[in-house]
Amino acid sequence: MKSFIFAFKQVLPVFFPYLFIGIAFGVLMDEAGYSAGWSFLSGVFIYAGSMQIVLVSLLTAGASLGTIALMTFFVNARHIFYGIAFIDQFRKMGRRYPYMVLTLTDEVYSILCSITYPDEVDIRKTDFYITLILHLVWILSCVAGALFGQLLPYDLAGIEFSATAFFITVCMNQWEVMDSHLPAITGLTSALVFYFILGPSQFILPALTVSVLVLMMMKAKSNNQKKSGVPELEAGLAGQTEEISHEY
Amino acid sequence: MSINWIDTVEALAVVALVTIFTRALPFLFFGGKKELPDIVRYLGTVLPAAIMIILVVFCLRNISLIAYPFGLPELLSVAMVILVHRIKKNIFLSIIAGTGLYMVLTRTLFIIGS
Repeated sequence: MKSFIFAFKQVLPVFFPYLFIGIAFGVLMDEAGYSAGWSFLSGVFIYAGSMQIVLVSLLTAGASLGTIALMTFFVNARHIFYGIAFIDQFRKMGRRYPYMVLTLTDEVYSILCSITYPDEVDIRKTDFYITLILHLVWILSCVAGALFGQLLPYDLAGIEFSATAFFITVCMNQWEVMDSHLPAITGLTSALVFYFILGPSQFILPALTVSVLVLMMMKAKSNNQKKSGVPELEAGLAGQTEEISHEY
Repeated sequence: MSINWIDTVEALAVVALVTIFTRALPFLFFGGKKELPDIVRYLGTVLPAAIMIILVVFCLRNISLIAYPFGLPELLSVAMVILVHRIKKNIFLSIIAGTGLYMVLTRTLFIIGS
């Protein structure tokens, strides 16, 4: 129960973006003529916000399956990089392992990146609850959007910015607890460089790939400098698991 | 408009499968019983900081710096989040301040028709 309450607190920062984007998707599906059942299925089995919204336009345009597959790959390819940090953590989770892998969204990733577990909670249970709660919130939002979205009395446009705001706080917390700022600087530099070269729809994959390569080269370099020791970059990360929790 | 069930099921299935593929890929490579290679373990510790900041740029990708409103609602709100988070170190406060400012700016000073 302690794990569940703790998990519940962790998901609060992304509750509103989920609600808003899910509802926006449901409304779009409804307007395109797809009943709530389709929104439900998308929420359960796709569970990727921006891709689901792209899907509506692909459906109404009658795009071919090949186009849809390619589009999905490019919109979601950033996910390939998310799992790398959680391989050890997830594969210890027994029958929940596949579920954890398949539900690793931007928001779940950012929560799990910045979380600090107090002693009294079970880490595996907490991770699972966080994932499950958010998945359910997402499914409900998609369906609610399709059923009642049109009736919403208030204009909530702009509330999706809260996801961006949350990601910024995660960056800042990481910045504070890591001794080396090189990973963050590498990420920002490659994102900006490729953004200005390739533009908004194509920068993310090269930015992620180049960041991985640059960080690997940094490790190789620091290994050469001191053959046996732990690379400097890693040394700073030990403290990463200890802070942050007091902010919740 | 009439919905073709089979087409829709196929489209949804393709999106779901490709999404699953992107999420499962690192686990397919390294998720077995074997010990993680050093380089993957290392990347697991340094990549999140790089990825999160790329994700922030990704969230802001659709602003235009050369046309009105020059990304000002977003950039000012980002500055607000950073400022409040530096001072108060409270995630909720930072999110509320930044999102609140964004919603106000896009409704008052920088109305973008939608």
